[in-house]
Amino acid sequence: MKTIELKMNGIEVEAEERTPLLKIAERLGIRIPTLCAHPLVEPYGVCRLCTVEVHQRNRVRMVTACNYPATNGIEVLTDTPRVRRDRRMIIEWFLARSGRLPLLQALAEEYGVTEPRFGLGDDPCILCGLCVRVCSDVVGANVLGFFNRGTTREVSTAYGETSEQCIACGACAYVCPTGCIEIQDEPALVRDALPLGPMTPIYIPTMQAVPHQPVIDHESCIHFKTGGCEVCASVCEPKAIDHKQADRVDQIDVGTILVATGFQAVDAKRVPQYGYGQYDNVFAALQIEHMVNASGPTNGQVVLKDGRTPESVGIIHCVGSRDKNTHEYCSRVCCMYSLKLAHLIHERSHAKIYNFYIDMRAPGKGYEEFYNRLLLEGVEFIRGRVAEVSDWAVTPGEKGKLLIRVEDTLAGFVRRIPVDMVVLSTGLEARSDAEAVRRLFNISCSSDGWFLERHPKLAPVDTFTDGVFIAGCAQGPKDIPDTVAQAGAAAAQAMSLIDRGAVELEAYTADIDETKCSGCQTCVPLCPFTAITFNREKKVSELNAALCKGCGTCVAACPSHAAEQHHFTDEQIFAEIEGVLVA
Amino acid sequence: MSTAVIALEDVTKTKGPGVGAAWEPRIVAFFCNWCTYTASDLAGTARLTYDPNAPVIRVMCSGRVDPQFVLRALGEGADGVLIGGCHPGDCHYQEGNYKTLRRFKLLKKVLGQLGVEDERVRLEWISASEGDRVQHAINDMTNQLRRLGPFAQRGASHA
Repeated sequence: MKTIELKMNGIEVEAEERTPLLKIAERLGIRIPTLCAHPLVEPYGVCRLCTVEVHQRNRVRMVTACNYPATNGIEVLTDTPRVRRDRRMIIEWFLARSGRLPLLQALAEEYGVTEPRFGLGDDPCILCGLCVRVCSDVVGANVLGFFNRGTTREVSTAYGETSEQCIACGACAYVCPTGCIEIQDEPALVRDALPLGPMTPIYIPTMQAVPHQPVIDHESCIHFKTGGCEVCASVCEPKAIDHKQADRVDQIDVGTILVATGFQAVDAKRVPQYGYGQYDNVFAALQIEHMVNASGPTNGQVVLKDGRTPESVGIIHCVGSRDKNTHEYCSRVCCMYSLKLAHLIHERSHAKIYNFYIDMRAPGKGYEEFYNRLLLEGVEFIRGRVAEVSDWAVTPGEKGKLLIRVEDTLAGFVRRIPVDMVVLSTGLEARSDAEAVRRLFNISCSSDGWFLERHPKLAPVDTFTDGVFIAGCAQGPKDIPDTVAQAGAAAAQAMSLIDRGAVELEAYTADIDETKCSGCQTCVPLCPFTAITFNREKKVSELNAALCKGCGTCVAACPSHAAEQHHFTDEQIFAEIEGVLVA
Repeated sequence: MSTAVIALEDVTKTKGPGVGAAWEPRIVAFFCNWCTYTASDLAGTARLTYDPNAPVIRVMCSGRVDPQFVLRALGEGADGVLIGGCHPGDCHYQEGNYKTLRRFKLLKKVLGQLGVEDERVRLEWISASEGDRVQHAINDMTNQLRRLGPFAQRGASHA
């Protein structure tokens, strides 16, 4: 791009050719009023308020600074009497449309428009078109547009109806200079949008994330929906944001692998009698966890669907645990997190809390004490599995409440308890892709899908595949202290292999007796580890003990009994057969 | 265990003379170290009870099971042979169980021609987590052999 010279208000300045005059003025600190220019969108030249005087070869022209391209040798004057006169006229026209806006009144005062000739209108929109351009050029949603002509011109959505294409990004309201666009912030809508996860498309995954850097969520980022926006990239000074980055598969050679792929929460819909997904105020525990988070969607307040604070809350334990219909095992963490939620909900809402439990399982440091504390705090504990949650009110007092039917096994009768909110303490289950991970690492799963350790007591973090270790909830449900302890053990086991620097071979490898081998090569293709090669000179098969894993498949196939497996020789097994058959 | 007891009584009633109340089938089980043997360990720790008719011989892989082992076991007086391996695709040695399956099919053909009943030699895929399937396989096979009666080929393989 060519560099040119021009004069602005007497100052000589260099600039790239075709730079808009407004940008040059900004650089020089010269204020030019404008209503329709914004750094995010292309200049539009519709408000005309940035009108300036341009002198070029004895000609004087009035142009809009926002989109007039600089050329060599021009002289720009931004505050001459003629400019001021023209701007006054423009302001008067604006006042005729939207005279009540403080923004325009300030401008009128600045330019000395004391008696507007065309009166004062009260339309809040000045038709600057920023919202329309942001919606189409930046966001790419194309929801807003101009409709009608002349005095009836207005900004609207198609047919004035709520658009399905609107992604509720709020960009239009953000750029509107008059504040005439409102984003509806109904509590009901907020509650529906309660996501279990980040609230914005750019976020740092967890407080402890390594590396501690933000990521962009493809699903919710406007750029990946519409191809537009990229506002983040334009404001990022070090230019660290690259929307064109694609997934990449890296191959890394490692000696040991630690599998800690975790768990997933049981989908509360699998226990249909508790009405999750059916009643608005039935929540899964993780949603409440999100709600009581001080930086969460409700700023830590516990609210019902309609925005009210609940007066009574029922917490149902063992949803998806200790149940033949879902999982038979105890998920171990639910009792304690239910108690924690009971405590937090009580603290935030002063609601009456009922816990419905089968058995209270509070083993561990300080856990039983916490349970006792909750008893003293007045949280009610009812021993019994809840039969169902419904909204079937019998008495007028029950209207609008959720009814929990449960057999109180300590009191010995069936109770109906009306509450405002129900929390389902969902259990832990193996991840749905555990089977694929298991096959990838050639390790085993127990029948409920958790990865199987080599031995429950003697090798609790080892697997059947050498060099692959497991830790955390991938191995079975456990709480955070146990997970951390197990992860430490697994890391230490992995380190011990690395530290040793050598791998111990199996003791029960196969061996081929050259004197017996007939050179038939039956064994060669059988070995999946390519431990057997055929020696063409000697015309015998040879076995590399370092590669042999000791399965014995070649031994079983050898027709001349040349192959033998240490500790599993034919003689040994024949002797075993004889031994077990001794009458 | 009540089912097993009833089955035993049935056998003693129906088999009549020649098969005494004391006769019990004897099965030799070859289990692979990584899946079925571990599963039988699991059955033990889970205190699953099953018929004591199938003593287990551990091999590293079901691929180690030479057809000769089966013939020798039957020759030595076993009434049946049970081979247990990992599920297809799950072999600790990648594909040992496929080799087992190949040999097993051939062996069954040979045994059929020799007049050995189909139920006497059995191949089961049981993974390390399926202790209940070990219990079921052994109980089921024992019951089948109880109905079938003894395999009187003692010494045949020494010919």
